[in-house]
Amino acid sequence: MSKPAAAFQAAASAYVGERETRAFLRQSLAGYLAQRRTGEERFQDWEEARVAASAAKGEALDYLDRYLADFLTRIEKRGTRVFFARDAARARERVVEIVREHDAKCIVKSKSMTGEEIDLSETLEHLGYEVVETDLGEYIVQLRGERPFHIVAPAMHLRREEIRELFAGKIGPEAGRSAEPEALTMDARRAIRRKYLEADIGISGVNFAVAETGQICVCTNEGNGRLSTSLPRVHIAVMGLEKLVPNLDDLALLLPMLATAGTGQHLTGYTTIIGGPRQPGEADGPEEFHLIILDNGRTALLADDEQRDALHCIRCGACIYMCPIFKNIGGHSYGTTYMGPIGSVITPHLRGLEEWRHLPSSSSLCGACTETCPVRIDLHHHLLHNRRNAAAAHPAPLEKLALRAYGWLAGRPALFSLAGKLGKLALRAFSPLLGTALDPARGWTRCRALPEPPRQSFREWWKTHEPEPASERDDDDEE
Amino acid sequence: MSAPNDDRDLIFRRIREAIRIRRENLPDHGDAERYRQLLPPVRASLQARIELFREWSDKLNTRFIAANPSDWRAEIASLAAAEGWKSSAFHGTGLAREATEAAGLPAATALDTTRGYDPERLEACDVGFTDCEALVAQTGSVLLTSRGNGGRALSVLPPHHVVIATAGQMVPDLLAAMALIRERHGAALPSLVTLHTGPSRTGDIERQIVLGAHGPKKLTVILILD
Ligand code: SF4
Repeated sequence: MSKPAAAFQAAASAYVGERETRAFLRQSLAGYLAQRRTGEERFQDWEEARVAASAAKGEALDYLDRYLADFLTRIEKRGTRVFFARDAARARERVVEIVREHDAKCIVKSKSMTGEEIDLSETLEHLGYEVVETDLGEYIVQLRGERPFHIVAPAMHLRREEIRELFAGKIGPEAGRSAEPEALTMDARRAIRRKYLEADIGISGVNFAVAETGQICVCTNEGNGRLSTSLPRVHIAVMGLEKLVPNLDDLALLLPMLATAGTGQHLTGYTTIIGGPRQPGEADGPEEFHLIILDNGRTALLADDEQRDALHCIRCGACIYMCPIFKNIGGHSYGTTYMGPIGSVITPHLRGLEEWRHLPSSSSLCGACTETCPVRIDLHHHLLHNRRNAAAAHPAPLEKLALRAYGWLAGRPALFSLAGKLGKLALRAFSPLLGTALDPARGWTRCRALPEPPRQSFREWWKTHEPEPASERDDDDEE
Repeated sequence: MSAPNDDRDLIFRRIREAIRIRRENLPDHGDAERYRQLLPPVRASLQARIELFREWSDKLNTRFIAANPSDWRAEIASLAAAEGWKSSAFHGTGLAREATEAAGLPAATALDTTRGYDPERLEACDVGFTDCEALVAQTGSVLLTSRGNGGRALSVLPPHHVVIATAGQMVPDLLAAMALIRERHGAALPSLVTLHTGPSRTGDIERQIVLGAHGPKKLTVILILD
């Protein structure tokens, strides 16, 4: 078992045992579901909108070289400095370089999953820079030294009392006087407000990049994205190269869909579309705007035309909310930047199938993710594709032999029924050992009761209930 | 400016290599006309748009005031009294300045951000007045740009943002807002285009909505009817 797989199993098993924590999570998920439904109902045709959204993202990706080139020409013309990074290390190096050039002391950061992917905040903090996560959920998990529990709702696993204690301990005696969300939010507002004015650099993510106009789009509800990109002298945005959409009309389609799928809102509170640093004649805005475009495994996924649509992802988080596995093991167990179904699809591509093959296997393949995805990514089939690819890369000879033996047996009805009977006897003889250290299937049987084997096999039952006209077909069957 | 190690060429090569095979089963890329049949509907008449904007404002906790050309200034004066504003900020020479004057505060307390300003002073203002590019009925949003509406910070730093708009600025939907940006600014886009949909909000603690997370706690839209 790979290291991440072992860590995953340990964390997941622990989480499953925490009844109260899971009940709290379920309650929060139910709140999301209700809101999401009303959100969809506002559309004239949500299902067709999903098709259109997938077409828009698909168009951008299948002709990415052109759209990206157009995007660059336009955004660079306005004085944006663009840097391409093949991997996380290069992207980090570039950000550090910019931060050093400006001799920055304080950095305000609005939420960026791509930033998480490349460990941006940790890197800068290790180098001694003050990095303030300004999204409330991110701020909370940053104070706890944790990773986001969910890509859209980083602190959804925490109860108000836990946050109150955290604030009282980390912000100071003036904070955490009340556990009311209102009071806690104001604690954070006060703590962060000065930072917007003091910060030399603002870092943001990117939700969409528009080829037609050469603009990036950042969505936040709190306005932290607006403030982080308004006051500091320098703005750095980090984006995955798959964020392109062809034009502004596509943006008008995708923005309400992102909000609906992400939170059930009709539109995110602040939709900020940035095309460059402060332009001549403008009252304020950053003097420099740097855009870092990240590959980090994305072009490899692009080359896989079977799974290319995984790059359509707009990171709405809906598939995570819907996933029965997430519901039971929580967001931290995955040990990845992207959790849930989308994480189990793309992590093996971004970080290596060898080490992360356990993720696609940890799914019931129920398809709830595929059904909910606003850009119609075929998520549960991609989980299967990843399993297939993992098996092809690592043939398991014993498993193969066992399946071949089964195939041989199943083709011989007399032997098959004899084996069934013997199996039943063997199971009975073995039953005192079930779940004990001597049981090779202990992982499964330890906490599950084995159903009593039926007295009659299905084949025997079928013989006595056989419908009349089917007799010929049955003869065929016996052959 | 050094740009060592820039992987641009490498990444473009990888992309071209990767997309040599295009997908066959992709649905056709749509356009504004198609999207308008799918997105939430908006009725055509101005009256219907204003009503829809009002509905969204109620849900979003935006304060929406429709007033006649003769009495919108009085609305501002009474807001100023009710909120106890002591200082304000504005931009330009148009509606935002008129609004500042209508608030009736001493001229010395009004900060004009048009040609640069001290952010500390803006932060201390009780209210920021701006005009806007458009209002969007479909979503209850205010469309602003950094060129036309007073830069970036004026509309997010003070705790109360007051927008003055005229009825003709009420566009039906997001697609119309995008078309407007394209037509009005396409040749030279401002550095920032932004949609503000309600005051700042968060639901990050137990999914409970709290207003004024970082940006303005209050958003007021005054629509001057003609
Ligand atoms: S895969 Fe689909 S549902 Fe999941 S986060 Fe991405 S866009 Fe949302």
